[in-house]
Amino acid sequence: MKLIAAMSGGVDSAVAAALAVEAGHDVTGVHLALSQHRQQMRSGSRGCCSVEDADDARRVAGELGIPFYVWDMAEQFAEDVVDDFVAEYAAGRTPNPCLRCNEKIKFAAVLDRAQALGFDAVVTGHHARLVDGELRRSVDAAKDQSYVLGVLTERQLAGAVFPLGGMTKERVREIAAERGYAVATKPDSHDICFIPDGDTRGFLDRRLGVAPGPVVDAATGATVGEHRGTHGFTIGQRKGLGVTVGDQRPRYVLGIEPVSRTVTIGTADQAGVDEVLTGAPTWTGPVPELPFGAVVQLRAHGASVPCTVSARDGSTGLRLELHDQQRGVAPGQSAVLYAPDAERGDRVLGQATVFRAGERQASVLS
Amino acid sequence: MTYLDHAATTPMLPEAVAAMTQQLARVGNASSLHASGRGARRTAEQSRERLAEALGARPSEVLFTGGGTESDNLAVKGLFWARRGADPRRTRVVVSPAEHHAVLDSVQWLAEHDHAEITWVDVQPTGEVTPAALADALGDGTDVALVSVMWANNEIGAVSELAALAEVAHAVGVPLHTDAVQAVGQVPVDFAGSGVDALTMTGHKLGGPMGAGLLVLRRDADCTPLLHGGGQERDVRSGTLDVAAIVGLAVATTTSVGNRVERAARVSALRDRLVAGVVARVPDVQLNGPALDAVVAGGPGRLPGNAHLSFPGAEGDALLMLLDANGIECSTGSACSAGVARPSHVLLATGADTDRARSSLRFSLGHTSTDADVDAVLDVIAPVVERARRAGLGRRSA
Repeated sequence: MKLIAAMSGGVDSAVAAALAVEAGHDVTGVHLALSQHRQQMRSGSRGCCSVEDADDARRVAGELGIPFYVWDMAEQFAEDVVDDFVAEYAAGRTPNPCLRCNEKIKFAAVLDRAQALGFDAVVTGHHARLVDGELRRSVDAAKDQSYVLGVLTERQLAGAVFPLGGMTKERVREIAAERGYAVATKPDSHDICFIPDGDTRGFLDRRLGVAPGPVVDAATGATVGEHRGTHGFTIGQRKGLGVTVGDQRPRYVLGIEPVSRTVTIGTADQAGVDEVLTGAPTWTGPVPELPFGAVVQLRAHGASVPCTVSARDGSTGLRLELHDQQRGVAPGQSAVLYAPDAERGDRVLGQATVFRAGERQASVLS
Repeated sequence: MTYLDHAATTPMLPEAVAAMTQQLARVGNASSLHASGRGARRTAEQSRERLAEALGARPSEVLFTGGGTESDNLAVKGLFWARRGADPRRTRVVVSPAEHHAVLDSVQWLAEHDHAEITWVDVQPTGEVTPAALADALGDGTDVALVSVMWANNEIGAVSELAALAEVAHAVGVPLHTDAVQAVGQVPVDFAGSGVDALTMTGHKLGGPMGAGLLVLRRDADCTPLLHGGGQERDVRSGTLDVAAIVGLAVATTTSVGNRVERAARVSALRDRLVAGVVARVPDVQLNGPALDAVVAGGPGRLPGNAHLSFPGAEGDALLMLLDANGIECSTGSACSAGVARPSHVLLATGADTDRARSSLRFSLGHTSTDADVDAVLDVIAPVVERARRAGLGRRSA
């Protein structure tokens, strides 16, 4: 196959490109320039967007003897990922920018361009298995990235190659070291690539400004404090609420109402949900017949919960009945649905964006 | 491999390689006082004299540097500091927006860090600077530290008439620097005849080594050094002379200046066939820069090896990648250090729109170019452009 290897400069994409070359594919390396204000040197936890990272990627491509180019995707990334991230927080939701980047950039703008230029697919260093068009969790449960790939459609997956899903991260580093790549020991990137200092609240403060509002206790309806902007909160959040309520029991964010700028908090027993309503789903393969049983993951690195998936009345969305109560189910996050498979890895069926979550018994949901 | 990126760098001339490797085996610091040092000094000075002769300068005006970027930095900053030091009113730098980044970024740095003011000279739609435009930008000249206008543009090949520009600058008492990196060996360059005060050139664009260049600086031009140390090169550029590189530079320069006329005729004929062939095979091609047969001051008005074309609807870096995959090496013009393609600042300076600037490619022919190189491009250009146009200019304008 003629492949574009998306090379961030990290160890995963370096090894993915190497394995694709060694498997006999005709590979061209591409580094995506995603930041409009590129820094010379890597800083903080970010591991993809500096000139130094581009140089790391170029160095590996040089060793592999493959062509290497930088594609400037900064404008699309700013619009489709960063602006979307800010707008979602402004609307009181909690977005996942990595998922959005896979949906709109890596397996859309990049894949489309690659295919238009005569390539068959894009190979990346994501930790997920993709065999016969079926997307499954990585064998390395701790590094599994199938959640942020759950948004890909059948057509997008047909243009994707993930060589790393069958191995552990440790093995990836070994392969890089065996080939003498300096990136073998490069630290993992974490957090959000366009917020290198990890201070999401500070980033949103700068983009959205300070907009104070009340923090209200759900049990009493009383205002127990003030916040600097609803964008500083996510459903289920316990730390950094900036208030103490008399009984000293831990409080969780239950609700974010961006118009009145009200953040509602409550105790653990008030924070659990077992019903999730979503927007319209996307599927990784044939559309399953509703209702069906599945397990659902409701946030990156979150637990898998058994559920029953049915149609949501009067909409194109889904209704998920969780078999166990969950905390921290935030609107804006993806509910990624899996068919459990202990042998070959849980298979991703599709996903839908969480619209609202609550308790079935309380019948607050329509 | 079809190498059509001679404006980026061109193969070293065999005679330059031979002279340089021979010198590499010899010991001697040209600043040392013993026999080995004197030998090295003699070799360096012979080279300086040959370079001066080839460029129409006096040997004492030839300063060795580490290349074009260093010479541009030294001229722009050094002349600025010296001139403003002599008269604090001189804070303005008059410069063309189509300059190489070695000049542009030096000027920008002075503006950001040293209170310089930039006046941009208007550039013709074909890329050159006219005496009238320069006169407009200069005004009465009392507050101008220096002018910098390139002799020939590296992207679109436009040649300006430096003698006329120097006359305009001198009429209001302002010195003029010119980046002649692309011009020497390609078009007639006569330092004294042109009247310019400072001239940048480099070795690796004309068959010499990388990392060796010159600033040709009039004896009466005061220039503050960037590098301090042993006081070499009129105390303007300290540092041990790289004698082997200097020998290679001198051999390459004298050879390429010496055979310029025949080579230019041969290379421009190849270039003309390339442009005509591409235009015949691909719809909607635009030639950027001066006409192929343009004339300036009795010489070529366009660099003989330069073919700069826009393919509207395609992206330059997509074209480059597809040609590279077909074994054809060319350039999109300006790229930053990380290789991110940006719309050419030169085309934007000529008034071209962003799509034209983004969809451009530079083929630059040189002393090793052949008919087979032209044929290789003509064989693949139509399907390559068609494919790149299908991939489009990104989704916003697709």
